[in-house]
Order: sequence, then C-alpha cells, then structure tokens
Amino acid sequence: MMKPTTEILLAGFGGHGMLLSGRLLAQAAMEMGSQVSWLPAYGPEMRGGTANVAVCIARDQVGSPYVECPHILVAMNAPSFDKFAPKVKPDGLIVYNEGLVPNPKQRADCTALCVNAQEVAIAAGNIRAANLVMLGVLVGATELVSDDAVIAAIESEFAAKARFIPVNVAAYRAGVAHGKDGRCAQSA
Amino acid sequence: MKGNEAIAEAAIRAGCLHFFGYPITPQSEIPEYLSRRLPELGGCYVQSESEVATSHMIYGAAGVGTKVMTSSSSPGISLMAEGISYLAGAELPVVIVNIMRAGPGLGGILPAQSDYAQTTRGMAHGDFRLIALAPASVQEAVDLTILAFDLAEKYRTPVILAGDGVIGQMMEPVVLPEATVGPPLKADDWALTGCVGRKPRKVSSMFLDPDELNAHNFKLKARFAEIARNETRFEAYACDEPLDLLVTSFGISARICRSAVDAARSEGLKVGLFRPITISPFPMDALREIIGRSQRVLDVEMNTGQMLHDVEMAAQGRCPIDFFGRCGGLIPSAEGILEQIRASLAQLPKGGVP
Repeated sequence: MMKPTTEILLAGFGGHGMLLSGRLLAQAAMEMGSQVSWLPAYGPEMRGGTANVAVCIARDQVGSPYVECPHILVAMNAPSFDKFAPKVKPDGLIVYNEGLVPNPKQRADCTALCVNAQEVAIAAGNIRAANLVMLGVLVGATELVSDDAVIAAIESEFAAKARFIPVNVAAYRAGVAHGKDGRCAQSA
Repeated sequence: MKGNEAIAEAAIRAGCLHFFGYPITPQSEIPEYLSRRLPELGGCYVQSESEVATSHMIYGAAGVGTKVMTSSSSPGISLMAEGISYLAGAELPVVIVNIMRAGPGLGGILPAQSDYAQTTRGMAHGDFRLIALAPASVQEAVDLTILAFDLAEKYRTPVILAGDGVIGQMMEPVVLPEATVGPPLKADDWALTGCVGRKPRKVSSMFLDPDELNAHNFKLKARFAEIARNETRFEAYACDEPLDLLVTSFGISARICRSAVDAARSEGLKVGLFRPITISPFPMDALREIIGRSQRVLDVEMNTGQMLHDVEMAAQGRCPIDFFGRCGGLIPSAEGILEQIRASLAQLPKGGVP
C-alpha cells in the first residue's frame, strides 16, 4: 500500500540480535538520507519468545511505523517464519534461516531466499554473528542500503568493543555474497 | 534516537537538570538515561521510593525555582495524582511525562492511549485543567518536551507530555536544539529562595478562606482560558476542501491514520485528518469548523473512545461519528484503518455529496 516506503520486519528469538540487525539497517538508511523508523515489539513476546522489529525506510516521511504486512520479512527461526510469512505483502521478499526453519511453508506469490545463518557465521568466525549474515543476505538481495553505510553502522555500534568489528563485518559480507547470487532462492 | 532517550535529552536541552522518578515499562529509558547524564552535568537524579513521593519531590524542587521533570507510565501517573493536584493548586511549573500503556489497573506493558480522559480532565481531585501535549513522532516528542518547559514556566502550571509505548520505544532520526543545556527556570518573583532582605513568600495549595479559594479557582480557570486562546495546537492534514470523511485521531494513532488517509486519497476518496497536538486545551473551534464541511467523521484511538467525547462536542450533532478503537496493546494498522474509512464512506447517502 504505502509506497514509496519499504517496510521490513526482522524476527527471531530474543538474543538472536534481530533488533540490532534492524538498527544497523535503519542507521545505514538514515546516513544515506532516507527517513527511517525502528519499532521493536517490546512486549511479553520478547521475554523468552520471538523478538521482532519493524523498520520503515522512506524517501520523504515514514507514515505508520507499525507494520502489520511487511514488504520484506527476515525470519531467523521457525516461529517467526510461521507467524509472519503469511502476512508478507504479495510480491514481497522472505529471507529465512534454513538452519532454524526446517519446514518452511512457501508462499507462491513471494520470492524466498534462504541461508544457513549459523553455519555461515561460524565460517566467518563467530556463530553469534548470524544476525549480521541475515542482514547481509537482505542487503545483498535488495541493495536497500550500501555496504559502506552498513559497515560504518557496525563500526559505530561496536566502537566500544572494537575487537568484534571484524567478525561482524565478515559475517555481513558473507551474507551479502549469499544474497547477491540468490543461492537457495525459490521464486514464484 | 529512541523516543524515551530523545525526551530525556530534550529535557536537558530545555534546561532541566533535576529529575525524580521511578522505573516502569515502557518509559524506563527516561530515568535510565538521566541517571547517567544528570550527575555528569552537575544536576540531580533521584530514584524515589514511589510515584507518590516523586510527585511531592517535584513539588519541592519546583517550589524553590528549579526546572524539574518526572516521567512514568499509566499506573505510576495515577499514583502521582495527589501530588499533581497540589502542583496545580500551588501553580508550580513542572513537566510530567506519561508514556501510556494499556489499562485499567496494572493492565499490560504494551502501548495504548488509555489515559486521554484522565489527562485532559485534570488528572486528580480539585477543579483544574492542565496543558497536555501529544506527540506523533520522536521528533515531535523532542519539540513538545521543550515546548512543555516553556509553557510550564510561562503559565506557572504543570504540563503533561502524553506519549505512548510506541513513541517511547521507537527509534527515529531527531534534530536536537544546539544548546547543550538550556536556561534555568525564571522564577525570581515567586520561588522560595530565602527571604533575607525581602518579604517572605508562600507556595501552597491550601486556601481555608472560601472567598480566597473561590477567587483562586476562577484565577486558574481564567489562566486556562488564556492558554486555550494562545497555545492551542493542531494539525489539519488534507482538510482544505470539503470532505466526505474527516478522520480524527491523536498521538501515534494519528500517525498511522495519516498513512491510511494518504492511501484513501490516492484512490480519489475525499478524506482528511484532524490531529490535536494540544489534547488539552482541545482545539474545539478548529475542529468544529472542519466538521462543518465534512459529511461524516471517523474517530480512531487506541482506547474504547475517549477523545470521541471531545469530537462529539465539536460536532454538536451536525454529522454522524463512527469510532474505531484498538486497546490492550494492540495497534491499529494502516490497512485496518483504511478498511474503516471505506466502511464509513459506505454509510454516506447514495449519490455522494449533496
């Protein structure tokens, strides 16, 4: 409905870092001159269940920051996929983590991209950077923001813990490569 | 910045270096932020033992002429009711932030606009009204926090910043005023600053002489009328032409309505949006004028219909009013509101606008 705003929902278990992925995305888009909003679900859900965040990226003004039917879903685990995949707008994009979404119920009217985020993160140096892999796949597939802007956001986020910057950047880049060549893509 | 942190930083930039409060979701980032920043700036942060105590601590701080703020969420604000009434009676300039959540009682921690009636009708016992400002974005939360301090000082009254869990928890880009710390409160002519060399002063809400209290009540009423004349603020979006449907909404739900109104207008529907920014004093005349050229009204709130009564007062029965509300922490979606807009328009007499 509300083009030219892009609405993205990022979801996973609490601790997966999807809220951080969303923040990096919003930060990068803001630095590139877009209007952005970042709205986390802070309710009982995040206390031991799924944690999700809505990011809106707009040319002019973000209307509703609350997203019910996103253009893009990034799902880290099965509960997130099952809950939100049916709500993605037609012709939308679903990026999911095949490591934790073993039986995805595919949408015929959306593009799906999958990655084993934990495996890619381990190869990049730290399983905890799986959220950056997911962000990388999203950006690689959509080019919503530039790699430079995301990496600047990562550097700023981890400024106080600089030793974590390289592994996060590596995980992000691995995700981007994955997103660009569309491996594991199932298109309508 | 996150809304709560932006409000906290805006308070500092407005010159507020004194904060008293107690944590409660979804506003806890405000005290958290100020507990770190205020001591760095030589200010004062006190986590009180309760909200009741908070409301009297800000009374004391304002009484001696300091710029002071507290923040809480719905149940905590109710606990402050006693102190808020005393603050109003003693004409003390304070800013009280209410990041509303779902109620009644402990309710839930999710966003709601459940305290509109409480906020706009005075908030406590006695006979008074307060200024209440309702932001629809993080930037507006910053701007209205600064305005709240200005109005509190100018009219010597408590001012409520009425946000909700979305405003508090959401991150958006913000532009802050350049001054790192704003000016102190101007209270030379009334604050309790030590009476050596001058006549003693009194800051009190107690008037045992009925004539005196009667005069005090009418003085407060006259001041609120002056505020209504000078300070009423609203946004009328796409309201210039005659409208088939006027959507009324405040705060974050108005922001969502704007998306739905844009979508409706892109389909050629004659729909506008009216959003009070001062929910108290309510922009009654401005709304009445727009309703005068609207066929129907749809009021949207995150409660069961509280501002609805003000909208009805503005409409004076001139046109039908529909209501769409979500509560309990549910947020109306733009798609859901658009559906309501279509349903309301379908109620119009066939043949369109006369």
